[in-house]
Amino acid sequence: MKRQVRASNLMLHSITRVVTFILLAFSIYLFFAGHNSPGGGFIGGLMTASALLLMYLGFDMKRIKKALPFNFTTMIAVGLLVALFTGVSSMLFGYPFLTQFFDYYDLPVLGNTELSTALPFDLGIYLVVVAIALTIILAIAEDDS
Amino acid sequence: MNNLLVLPFLIPFAVGAILILFSKHIGLQRFLSGLTAMLMLGVAIYLLSVVRTEGVVVLEVGSWSAPFGIVLVADLFAAIMVLMSAIVGLLCLFFAFRTIAPEREKFYFYPFYFFLLTGVNGAFLTGDIFNLFVFFEVMLISSYVLIVMGGTNYQLRESLKYVVMNIFASILFIATMAFTYAVTGTLNMAQLAERVAELEQVGVLNVIAMFYFIVFGMKGALFPLYFWLPRSYYGPPAAVAALFGGLLTKVGIYAIIRTFTLIFPHNQEFTQPILIWVGAITIVIGGLGAVSNFDFKRILSYHIVSQVGYMVIGLGLYTSLAIAAAIYYIVHNIIVKTALFLYAGTAQRITGTTDLKQMGGLLKTHPLLGWMFFITGIAIAGIPPFSGFVSKLSLVVSSFETEQYAVGGIALAVGMLTLFSMIKIFMYVFWGEQKHTKAQGKTKVGDLLLPAIPLVILTTVLGVAAQPILSFFLEASNQLLDPSIYIDSVLKGGGA
Repeated sequence: MKRQVRASNLMLHSITRVVTFILLAFSIYLFFAGHNSPGGGFIGGLMTASALLLMYLGFDMKRIKKALPFNFTTMIAVGLLVALFTGVSSMLFGYPFLTQFFDYYDLPVLGNTELSTALPFDLGIYLVVVAIALTIILAIAEDDS
Repeated sequence: MNNLLVLPFLIPFAVGAILILFSKHIGLQRFLSGLTAMLMLGVAIYLLSVVRTEGVVVLEVGSWSAPFGIVLVADLFAAIMVLMSAIVGLLCLFFAFRTIAPEREKFYFYPFYFFLLTGVNGAFLTGDIFNLFVFFEVMLISSYVLIVMGGTNYQLRESLKYVVMNIFASILFIATMAFTYAVTGTLNMAQLAERVAELEQVGVLNVIAMFYFIVFGMKGALFPLYFWLPRSYYGPPAAVAALFGGLLTKVGIYAIIRTFTLIFPHNQEFTQPILIWVGAITIVIGGLGAVSNFDFKRILSYHIVSQVGYMVIGLGLYTSLAIAAAIYYIVHNIIVKTALFLYAGTAQRITGTTDLKQMGGLLKTHPLLGWMFFITGIAIAGIPPFSGFVSKLSLVVSSFETEQYAVGGIALAVGMLTLFSMIKIFMYVFWGEQKHTKAQGKTKVGDLLLPAIPLVILTTVLGVAAQPILSFFLEASNQLLDPSIYIDSVLKGGGA
């Protein structure tokens, strides 16, 4: 990249370190808020992608690639399959495709929590959104060099 | 409830996702995709037999009952279309094995091929107009990738137009759905049909109907929105062009037939002349384009435009026989057009060009290709005993029955143009002096023609066994002409 000058930008570095965590935490909150209130896999995924992008901007690409050694294309496929499997799993029990189930459980730390099959579906969406957003933006960024 | 309905688009979707993981293993990709395409053909045949015996099959996805959730509906017409897409998908895939460059294969050709089929099959099966939009988008986005893949100058220029055109159509589509929802308060096709019937399809509902016609007409390459097709289908490799030429425009036509038989059939005085005359102008323009061009693939592309017109005329005439003829035409055209594009690819493999003036004498070195082209060419021109004859005959008969003599005459006259342009290809490419080198003359194309052989057999069977097949299509068209069958099975019988 041409703009590796930024790698020595102290302000950006320090802010990135703090803001990334806020963004990631908020994205996780959004992810779990999903399907009954505003939030969910899509918006959570976008938020995570923006946090990761901030890291790419703040530091140089090589270092982040070392820190996040994911192949994003594989991640798209995995996300698609996770979402798809959630839909298919209801078919295995004789319900229509994509039927969702939920129940309330008493979990140790969280207390009375709703667990639903929409969650793994959202997880799949989350993975796909993060991976696609980063694939597109990184492809454009790498084109620059 | 029958989960069978999700399989035609669930299988290609899942396999497409799995194939992304193995993008570098070409052998494994081919094996998996070949197996999947065969499985899809099996599923499609089974689906058709189930629909034939049990009537309209409905699935309420996610157990949300209609009209609140999304429903999948398979009537005979939809099941026939799913079967056609499975056949074309299988054969074009096997053609692609032999012709697609390994760079393309590594660059996610197969995943997007299957995502395209996901979109196509989903569009055929959905019973919700918003869901139709979603599957259209799945189909279009995959088609953008397939059409631009390889990235030659020509491809990039033409696919930009293709993309812009389709994005505009999609925007219009979604705006039209907003109007639809504002007027009727529903997007479930069955409930929409009920409410449009209650509101008596006047005023704003006619405007909405025309908007749908424009949107699907853009995708189906109807006059005057056909101009993108001949150029953009010229760029991609033959396997992709065959898949697009055979299948994609027909999805638009399917959507037109679905909306204008189910939702907007109540104001025939208004819609009938529009459908018929747009169809008639389309066939004339397409026919003239085919006559005036001197390139194998371009002629075929203009034929797509021309033939799409016949289908819309069939819908416009709106009798049982006419719609059966339209279905016949769609089936015939999918088979024949795919085969012709495969020949174009094969001839290009031999001679290295698709320009008619630089080809010649192929009949001497490759007789099989020549005669297979001959059969398919006269089939598309409507000469008995092949499938084109029956479809054109029943269309012309029904146009005379409804006293639309002018349209019947145009259909017959343009048939001559089609025949003329097919003979032109045959004369330039297969007769005359051999213009390719001896080394090129020895190119072996047997394995390239293999995928086209089932298509030649199918067009012959469709023509020879016209009686049972036409009566089967009449069954399908009667189902389309009586929307209450569709509406009742979605809104009343679906929950069982």
